[in-house]
Amino acid sequence: MAEKSIVFEPEDRYNAFLTVCNKPPHTDGKLAGIAVAVKDNISTRGIETTCASRILKGYVPPYDAHVVGLLRKSGAAIAGKTNMDEFGMGTTTENSAFGPTLNPCDTGRVPGGSSGGSAAAIAAGMVRMALGTDTGGSIRCPAAFCGITGLKPSYGRVSRYGLIAYANSLEQIGPMGKTVTDVSTLMEVIAGYDRHDSTSHNKPYTHTPKADIKGLKIGIPAEYFGPGVDPAVAGVVKKAIGRLEELGATTVPCSIPSMEYALAAYYVTCTCEASSNLARFDGVRYGPAADTKKQWHDAYQEVRRAGFGTEVRRRIMLGTFALTSGYYGKYYAKAQVARENVRKDFQRIFDGVDVIAGPTMPTVAFKLGEKSDPLSMYLADILTVPANLAGIPAISVPCGKADGMPVGLQIMGRHFDDERVVDVAYAYEQAVI
Amino acid sequence: MAETDVIIGLEVHCQLDTKSKLFCGCDTDYRSDGPNTHVCPICLGLPGAMPSLNKRAIEYAMRVAKALNCTVIPESEFSRKNYFYPDLDKAYQITQYDKPLAEGGYLEIESDEGGERKIRLTRIHVEEDPGRLVHMGNVERGKYSLVDYNRAGIPLIEIVSEPDLRSPKEARKFLNKLRATLEYLNVFDSDKEGSLRVDANISIVGSERVEVKNITSYKGVEKALTFEITRQKNVLRRGQRVDRETRHFLESRGVTQSARSKELENDYRYFPEPDLRPLHVQSWVKDIVLPELPDARRERFMAQYGCSLNHARTLTGELKLANFFETVVSSDPKGLSTLAATWIADTLIGELNYRDMHLDPVDPESFTGLVHLLKAGTITDKSGVEVLRVMLDQRLKNETREIPAAIVARLNLAKTAGDTGAVTTAIEEAITENPKALEDYRAGKAGALNFLVGQVMKKTRGKADPGELNRMLIEALRKREA
Repeated sequence: MAEKSIVFEPEDRYNAFLTVCNKPPHTDGKLAGIAVAVKDNISTRGIETTCASRILKGYVPPYDAHVVGLLRKSGAAIAGKTNMDEFGMGTTTENSAFGPTLNPCDTGRVPGGSSGGSAAAIAAGMVRMALGTDTGGSIRCPAAFCGITGLKPSYGRVSRYGLIAYANSLEQIGPMGKTVTDVSTLMEVIAGYDRHDSTSHNKPYTHTPKADIKGLKIGIPAEYFGPGVDPAVAGVVKKAIGRLEELGATTVPCSIPSMEYALAAYYVTCTCEASSNLARFDGVRYGPAADTKKQWHDAYQEVRRAGFGTEVRRRIMLGTFALTSGYYGKYYAKAQVARENVRKDFQRIFDGVDVIAGPTMPTVAFKLGEKSDPLSMYLADILTVPANLAGIPAISVPCGKADGMPVGLQIMGRHFDDERVVDVAYAYEQAVI
Repeated sequence: MAETDVIIGLEVHCQLDTKSKLFCGCDTDYRSDGPNTHVCPICLGLPGAMPSLNKRAIEYAMRVAKALNCTVIPESEFSRKNYFYPDLDKAYQITQYDKPLAEGGYLEIESDEGGERKIRLTRIHVEEDPGRLVHMGNVERGKYSLVDYNRAGIPLIEIVSEPDLRSPKEARKFLNKLRATLEYLNVFDSDKEGSLRVDANISIVGSERVEVKNITSYKGVEKALTFEITRQKNVLRRGQRVDRETRHFLESRGVTQSARSKELENDYRYFPEPDLRPLHVQSWVKDIVLPELPDARRERFMAQYGCSLNHARTLTGELKLANFFETVVSSDPKGLSTLAATWIADTLIGELNYRDMHLDPVDPESFTGLVHLLKAGTITDKSGVEVLRVMLDQRLKNETREIPAAIVARLNLAKTAGDTGAVTTAIEEAITENPKALEDYRAGKAGALNFLVGQVMKKTRGKADPGELNRMLIEALRKREA
């Protein structure tokens, strides 16, 4: 096959990219010649991959993540690596070691995170589609804040091989795009079993979105419209759900009592896993080198202190503490129980409905610097983390504006029912175009 | 040392002899290659790489579990053991923690008092080997250390015994028996350097337990335990307390040394490995067909070849030795087995140990030739040993190898049966040169005859047939008496 390339020289006014590939090569295929941006925590052979962290500055992976290999095979041109919260830890993309990404809808605001660079690159029209990753909302949040579409696939639907792990049991790589069709097309390329990821399933995605939702039953959880959710945002989302009813769907009120513990369960689980995942960054094998003249443990401390940002260090310490012997049962084990309860709540609700709908985020995009204390930032994830805890698919599709900023409608479905959430999002999108 | 008051438990780590590593496809045969040549993103722990389990390693571990009478657990899982060390690429080791592959079981060993003794096992679990550090100079004062990840990801099983062992000798026997069993199962190669590592827990009854780490040889186990028991008893004798601690065995000096307290503070923060699914392999157990194991083979050697218990135990104690024996006797099992058992279990092993030589280079065909010469009475036992030594030395020095018959001919070792001339001359000389012996003989001292036999053997360079010589010597002495 003849080697081709495209020219990709965008004006990156929003700091969406950490690395831009000006003449990315591509082959023939489904995505032939389409520029696709890749979040910087997904390994790309020959292209620097930093997770927006100083500790990986200069690291050029010798191998492609499974999904990147699939992208290349599909003819896509890897346009570059997008900015993010360091190692995915954040909701604004402000926690990047290389400066925040700005929201193209309002440059005084954050694009959401952690896949803020991917969302901004799409919203700004630099690329049509991009890969993001979603551990607790990191695809859906920036999709909602930037007015684009993003899908967090069912856990196990897309291989994580080559995704630099933050919280293995929660995260998935997923497609982001201008339209639901773009998202669906990209999903078709990346989904499926990979023998290198033991948690992946043989569930390929070959689906063309359908707009017919007559008879669809939509669960409306009270918690998604309760205190803490901006009434303006709730209003826009309710209107969008009304639109779905007009298209033939019926709504059923429901409740997810376990949501009370969801956020705590989420933060315990992700920090525990992160404390272990991020321990390998020691300057011995890659990244800025450790000082070999020092005792190894002193050199490690130095490299890690200098290499990790504040939020990353905070989460490593939280996770390390929670896993310490004597505390495991109190935190990690309890979090898994809470997680199981969330899963059961969803199962129970899905006995009566086909999908669950609500806002993606409780507010519109924050102003830059607005969320200065970590706890209020963590609280913003409340509507997205349940899907990660349960491993179910969830999509965010733009559904209007509040205070002049985009609002996302979130559709969650049964495990491996990714096609259904795509269809509902598509039906909405087609109805409002 | 009375050792009824000693309590020993072992944790034995064995490398499983699989073709590829535990979580990636890298070739495990790294020992003759340069550092960091058998590595990939997975065993280097590169960011984003994930483990995928080598089913063969699990199958190997289950063979061991079945052979050691363990119960394979319906659901086991891998956990992460988190700690920092430069040889640990991911800063955690994937191992099994609270849900090991198998539990219970036992291994029978010959007890110090004779007879068999069951040593109970606690568990068997599967884990990955870390890489290794190469220190330039020594650990304390070396200029720097290099790290080699070739070993990283080699599958290990850890076999944990209950504290059922009572002496260093028993511990050694336990290890030997374990090694033999693993070899019979074809899952382990004890010849590979570093393929076995042992941690030992030792205490004197009523006193704290000490863990000795870093024992890397079979001999080392006995040495380390003997040192540690003496140390603990001396501490107690001085009226002091034995501290509960971890000590390292320094093989070169034969001593144990307290580990720095920093290492003791390690909290491994175990939690389930999220990148691997739980194992449900109990149903495999029934499909595992075990080969003949050491105990069964020992019984068979006694029944089939009439071996003594000791010979059968020695011969079956190593897979290669047992196979060697059966190859040697295959041409004439009835005729050769007794002779071959003695010559292999006693003579050959002695000569090999003396030379620090391995059995592998010994050609069973040549050895069979030697046994045939002995069986036919062509050479005496003494000449047989001489021939064997020449054979082994030729092998060791890489010289042209002769068949036993050629060695016999070249060194003129054929028994002088019937050649009364040379023997008669030697007898006459011996008696004449040793009048004291003649006197003693006449006085009825039993040692005198043996002494004279020795003198004659010396003169004939061992070629005289011992039975014939005895008869001729007594006759000559009787003549002198007359």
